[in-house]
Amino acid sequence: MNSLPITEDDLQAYVDKALDAARQVEVAAYLDGHPEVAQRVQGYIRQREELRAKLAPIAEEPIPARLNLVRLVDRRRRSRVIWRQVAAAVVLLGIGWGAGWSVHGAFPQPASRGIAALAQQAAESYAVFAPDHTRPVEIRAVDRPALVAWASRRLDRPVTVPDLSRSGYHFMGGRLVATAQGPAFLFMYDNDHGTRLVMLTRHMIIDRNTRMMQSVEGSVVGFTWADKGIGYSLVGPVLPEVLHPIANAARRQIERNI
Amino acid sequence: MVLLIQPLIPALRRYARALMRDPSEADDLVQDCLEHAISRWRQRRADGNACAWIFTILHNLAINRLRQAAHRGRHVSIEDAGDASPSSPATQEDALRHRDILQALADLPEDQRSVVLLVSVEGLSYAEVAAVLDIPLGTVMSRLSRGRERLRQAMEGEAVAKPIGGANLRRVK
Repeated sequence: MNSLPITEDDLQAYVDKALDAARQVEVAAYLDGHPEVAQRVQGYIRQREELRAKLAPIAEEPIPARLNLVRLVDRRRRSRVIWRQVAAAVVLLGIGWGAGWSVHGAFPQPASRGIAALAQQAAESYAVFAPDHTRPVEIRAVDRPALVAWASRRLDRPVTVPDLSRSGYHFMGGRLVATAQGPAFLFMYDNDHGTRLVMLTRHMIIDRNTRMMQSVEGSVVGFTWADKGIGYSLVGPVLPEVLHPIANAARRQIERNI
Repeated sequence: MVLLIQPLIPALRRYARALMRDPSEADDLVQDCLEHAISRWRQRRADGNACAWIFTILHNLAINRLRQAAHRGRHVSIEDAGDASPSSPATQEDALRHRDILQALADLPEDQRSVVLLVSVEGLSYAEVAAVLDIPLGTVMSRLSRGRERLRQAMEGEAVAKPIGGANLRRVK
């Protein structure tokens, strides 16, 4: 018989019964001839069984109420309904503000302004466009030059689409978004796990130069900053410590190109 | 989503408990993981492996917490640390043999502990573990081999300790 030499990986797979039947037999035959190795492998098998036995009771415990998945899903759904109502209120407030402005009335101002408003708009755009499977972007990445030209024309400024591929996020494309402060452009990215990030950029009326601020809207984290009158907000459902360096990389690229 | 994830909750709790050791902290982590999973469900690849996917979320959250805890743990001034170290000094007997395999497991380096748990206890395939930990398959195998050997030595005492891999066995890819 001319079989392959037995490797350490074979021994581990033997312990886990992950070998095919023929190889399992070969490893067993090898162990018969090598009692020292066999003793070591027996130790691993005992260890595996002991770990399983010691930890098994945890998996058999009744699941605590707070880990009830149906309840968690339900709670999120309700919070999203509330969030939608808040969003509707913001829109109404925006309309009211617009109407008030048009008659130069003295209506109360919207709750968030400047950089905070941009962060909120980015989170709202994320919530609307990122889950969209049909048409998350208007112009796809292949038409990047056309998108950049269009964005630069509408924002009256050369626009840079940051390349986040070194962080594992690939450019999907972009779209034009309406905001109370005028046109904004949304750029969308995704990684191999299907996680999407959204960057929103537009002119700033106030907060025209600000350092980076962190925000959280539900499970969506955002980093927002402004430079020379243009605001940028990068948002996504990832931990702040993950998103922060990506936002820094985007800012560096934009600064280099202004 | 409920149908796919619900049956995995006992295993998620077990893995979380084995990593965190504190039961309520472990359940906090699982709750956090489930909330993340609910909010990101639609962004996951439809053809992906739900088990590997949710273990990835849990593992990343756990590692974040453990690192934060370790970071906080370092904020002890030298004067305070003194000889009143929180853990009692290891006795001769402890050094030779751990009576409790879970204690021995806790003493493994974090990267080896995760691999040993995911393979031995949770029964994930090597490829799934590679996906969860975002490391190459070869790294999974070497961490598994090192982790198991270290655990075996801890459990069986120094007397049986042998160099890892024995005489003529070499790990090949």
